Amino acid sequence: MQTFSWTQLWFDVFRRMFAWLGSWRREIHHQRGRAIVVGVPLVWLAVFFLLPLLILLKISFAEASYEQPPFSALVSWGEDQILSLRFNLANYATLIADCSDPASSLYCYAYVNSLKTAAISTVLALLVGYPIAYGIARASSKWRLPLLLLVVLPFWTSSLLRTYAWIGILKGNGVLNNTLMALGLIQEPLEILHTDIAVYIGIVYAYLPFMVLPLVANLVKLDPLLLEAAADLGCRPMAAFFRVTLPLSMPGVIAGSMLVFIPAVGEFVIPELLGGPDSLMIGRVLWSEFFTNTDWPLASAIAVALLMLIVVPTLIFEYVQAKNSPEPRR
Amino acid sequence: MRNRPYALYTAMAFGYAFLYFPILSLIVYSFNESRLVTVWAGFSTKWYGELFQNEALLDAAQKSFIVATVAATFAVTLGTLAGLALSRLGRFRGRTLLSIMTSAPLVMPEVMLGLSSLLLFVSMQQLIGWPDGRGMTTITIAHITLCTSYVTIIVQSRLAQLDDSLEEAAMDLGARPWKVFFLVTLPIIAPALIAGWLLAFTLSLDDLIIASFVSGPNSTTLPIEVYSKVRLGLTPEVNALATLIIVFVTAVITVVGWMLHRSRVAAS
Repeated sequence: MQTFSWTQLWFDVFRRMFAWLGSWRREIHHQRGRAIVVGVPLVWLAVFFLLPLLILLKISFAEASYEQPPFSALVSWGEDQILSLRFNLANYATLIADCSDPASSLYCYAYVNSLKTAAISTVLALLVGYPIAYGIARASSKWRLPLLLLVVLPFWTSSLLRTYAWIGILKGNGVLNNTLMALGLIQEPLEILHTDIAVYIGIVYAYLPFMVLPLVANLVKLDPLLLEAAADLGCRPMAAFFRVTLPLSMPGVIAGSMLVFIPAVGEFVIPELLGGPDSLMIGRVLWSEFFTNTDWPLASAIAVALLMLIVVPTLIFEYVQAKNSPEPRR
Repeated sequence: MRNRPYALYTAMAFGYAFLYFPILSLIVYSFNESRLVTVWAGFSTKWYGELFQNEALLDAAQKSFIVATVAATFAVTLGTLAGLALSRLGRFRGRTLLSIMTSAPLVMPEVMLGLSSLLLFVSMQQLIGWPDGRGMTTITIAHITLCTSYVTIIVQSRLAQLDDSLEEAAMDLGARPWKVFFLVTLPIIAPALIAGWLLAFTLSLDDLIIASFVSGPNSTTLPIEVYSKVRLGLTPEVNALATLIIVFVTAVITVVGWMLHRSRVAAS
């Protein structure tokens, strides 16, 4: 029977580590070209994408301080030459404590509101985007590309300026209110700017191409023979749409919805410019925690929680995609 | 659909109107005489004149163009390597890691990317003294990281559409891998690289959030400058700037699209 020994364990760990590094070295030596192709982007992203996230996680356990930079060190040498590691859970405690009291909660409200705003905007984007995508997919091949380009073109101009455009349209004496009042449809200007409705409009506007593109990609694959068969069997066009087209386009609907929902959750510019004081979204809270309160550790903790909020739906999405990926032949 | 689907046409017309109405209103009111952006007071081009007098805005535009050009070029290089690795090299060590790291920035909120990049730069400065403060360099690095993901997706999907028989033929005829890449693969994926470069350039030129986190005192980019003006309310100068950007972007996309279309027609 073998007894456990720390020496043995460390020896084992080191042996394996060197074996691993050695195999890397052999691979690099034998296939230098491959090593460059893989290694350069891998190292760049590891240093400038992965490492920052780990630092973010680390600093979410730090304490805010008045030093420069404004957070405490996690690992420090004490006066008695003892290496001390201090995990400060206060930032997460703040977030959790905030959630236990719904009446005065700020962060929880912002999280829930982000999810709500993103969900409503996604449904609206689907309602606006589906007919466009359906029309493009049904259009003759001569029209399909120009129509598609017209959907994508606004995406290439600055999103900040496109959001700015809506301020001019929606505000009290803006284009929309002036037009409606000139037409005599309303007597008083509608208050849309600085409400949630303006935020929904802004998000739908900004992310509409992301909804339309996957839908078009899905809908062009739909076999028109299926609809003809449905019509031959006495199905009216509307019923055929809901019983044949819509169910078959669900993968496109899900893909488009995720592409709108996920970035909308962390949106900052749109709620900041178009929303009111209570259109709090988590991106806005993080921003003000960082820039206004200079509480970097708390901002980091909010970011980590936000990551969880994004990662879960993304994993579900990946799972659904993987399940649908060998697409059934029609 | 034998009978014309009028409901569909109406919904589509509404959709396209929704997409283009804000852009048209931006353009129309950039030619407005009045400082009150939404009250029409006659045709004038004076805001374009004022735009070209605004030193801060011009300076910011110049900085943004430099950052975007450098970032897009680096991102295309890195993204091509990553796309090549993911679609042509089969199984290799770190494949999963590379594939996760290239797709994750696409779904991550920009506030997170900005904050985490800033924390990296601050920690690096503490540890190794570089980068010394924050400025154009840090913005460029953060933009390269973001744009690489987009370029990788474009290159990867282009390579996935191509079968590798041409590359294999070249290899069979004795060409070395680098030669195959430069003489066969690169010319085929060139349109994807151009599209990727343009997308990266636009993303960098457009980015407010990441740049706000990692910028320093002397590195105000165009979106940061525009945002600080927009927060204070509507200014016709911004409308004029938006109009110029829209015209510029439309022209570039049209020319490039036409060139790509022609080369595709010539190839087939």
